Amino acid sequence: MTRALTLHLGLIALLFALQFALPAYHHGNLARIMVMATFAMGYNIMFGYTGLLSLGHAMFFAAGMYGMGLAVTQLGMPVGPAFLMGIAAAFALSLIVGLLALRTIGVAFMIVTLMFSQTIFLTILYFGAITRGDEGFGIKQATRQIMGLDLSDPTIRYFAAWLLFSLTLLATLWLVRSPLGRVLIAIRENEERAKMLGYDTWRAKLAAVLMSGTVSGAAGAAYGVLFGYVGASFAQVPYSIFPLLWVLLGGAGTVIGPFIGALFMFYLIDLSSGVTDAYMLVVGVALVLLTLFAPKGMMGMVRERWLKWLP
Amino acid sequence: MEFGPHLMLAMLEGLVQASVLTLTALGLSLVFGVMRVVNVAHGEFFMLGAVLAWWVTTMLGGNPAIGFVVALVVAPLLVGLMAAAADWLVLRRVEYDPERTIVATIGLLYIIQQVTLMTYGPDAHPVTPPFNTRLALPWYEFTDQGFQIYWPWGLSITSYKLFVIAAAIVTCLGLWLLMARSKIGLILRATQLDSETAQAFGIPVERVFALVFGMGAALAALGAVLVVPIQQAHYLMGGDPLLLSFIVVIIGGLGSLRGTVVAAVLIGMSDGIISVFFTPTLAKMLATLLVAMVLVYRPQGLFGAKPA
Repeated sequence: MTRALTLHLGLIALLFALQFALPAYHHGNLARIMVMATFAMGYNIMFGYTGLLSLGHAMFFAAGMYGMGLAVTQLGMPVGPAFLMGIAAAFALSLIVGLLALRTIGVAFMIVTLMFSQTIFLTILYFGAITRGDEGFGIKQATRQIMGLDLSDPTIRYFAAWLLFSLTLLATLWLVRSPLGRVLIAIRENEERAKMLGYDTWRAKLAAVLMSGTVSGAAGAAYGVLFGYVGASFAQVPYSIFPLLWVLLGGAGTVIGPFIGALFMFYLIDLSSGVTDAYMLVVGVALVLLTLFAPKGMMGMVRERWLKWLP
Repeated sequence: MEFGPHLMLAMLEGLVQASVLTLTALGLSLVFGVMRVVNVAHGEFFMLGAVLAWWVTTMLGGNPAIGFVVALVVAPLLVGLMAAAADWLVLRRVEYDPERTIVATIGLLYIIQQVTLMTYGPDAHPVTPPFNTRLALPWYEFTDQGFQIYWPWGLSITSYKLFVIAAAIVTCLGLWLLMARSKIGLILRATQLDSETAQAFGIPVERVFALVFGMGAALAALGAVLVVPIQQAHYLMGGDPLLLSFIVVIIGGLGSLRGTVVAAVLIGMSDGIISVFFTPTLAKMLATLLVAMVLVYRPQGLFGAKPA
């Protein structure tokens, strides 16, 4: 336990220290990556630890984002309470999706989540009068304040992203070592056997969907607050594929993997978009190569070879 | 136009859409039925068919009919070969594990789409139909002189659209003959029933899988070649056929070819009719939600038998 705790606290401390060392461009990128890594950690609870492959996590990210954004523009809330509204919206959506989608398994589960997510995207387009459809809307800089702190200021934004990331990282670390986390891993390995041992696997899976969806929604709400933009593109298929890719690349079922995956993929896309417009090609090639040669991801291989204790 | 002729026109347009959808969905259904994997890149094979059809007709030039006939043969063949190669290089090596196959085909989707963007470009290009005569259609009414037939303005269909419907029917019959009467069909059905036993009887299952994956993609490409004179070729055109094929295959019952055809006609027609009378976003939204619910409550599909 101490080794694992030291490693994760070390990463948190390193990210805190980098705030003072990085040049402005990478400083901004890292804030974005930490929010996206939070999204990926949410995804990892379902995919990496419970073995439920969702192809529709963009809907949770969008629920958090629009729950927050619409609370600001339609209800005139300050961003603090609006952020909580976003989390509540994602929680409600994950409850509905969990109750329905968990009736299916395997391939059907993937297609059902994909279709629910597509329905949410089309709903956002349909209510274009208040969501502004594809174009999206901005959150005014004047409203992006919590307790007198201006969240559009790069340093405060970095700190807010770091706080969200650190809390999620430590919560995930705690979760996978808790009795519930052990049951989730047992379901991933062999659901029938977990059921035979007397665990209520359906309730455990529902808990996983709720936690996963809510964390992803928190990331979406935070993204809207910190970067001041809410748009339908975040509800589209690529934003369901990205968390899958980050988790696969970093290592599914490792606490630190989603961050590593998001970091590498972000800079890979950043570098390639300098060369070509077709940067999604990098995503495609990465997905194929990962499934072929490294299904366990980077941290999964590190765990297999060197650090057996990695959670 | 009055309601009657308007509905008739919507149904004819729906039937053309249904024909193309039938071919595309049959490809997806065949792959799922025999190989038990979901091919998320299916829509991109459709798109490739359309883009190759444009490429072939542009390269040949001259009479559009010659270019079109060549495209009708060459595009599905090339796409089928590409898909078979993808199967051999990628899917075979992840051992057709359902989840890893989905992730790999998502990767293929982006690779095909983005390479097309880099080579073919972001613009849509049309293909000239080989023949395109406008055929007016009659309608009837009851006046004080009794039953009368007249030709309402705007109620018409082109000869090319009739050809699309006929071509889809012929292809379906051909596929049915292949599956039910030929030796290849026998091998495919044996593999579908139990691939391990089939292997034990000396059927080269890996090669059968590559053939099926190629055939599935070729069917999608064939549908695309047929539709491209009506709808232009564009690198993002694969999304809608993929979603609709998913819907059709699910409603028709996963792996049932007959159910797929029935569901494709039903959904293609209703999609055509609904989008004439309602806004397309609402129609798509309700259809997607409805299908997700079908999967949740009747995973065997509306026409599939309940598994024992």
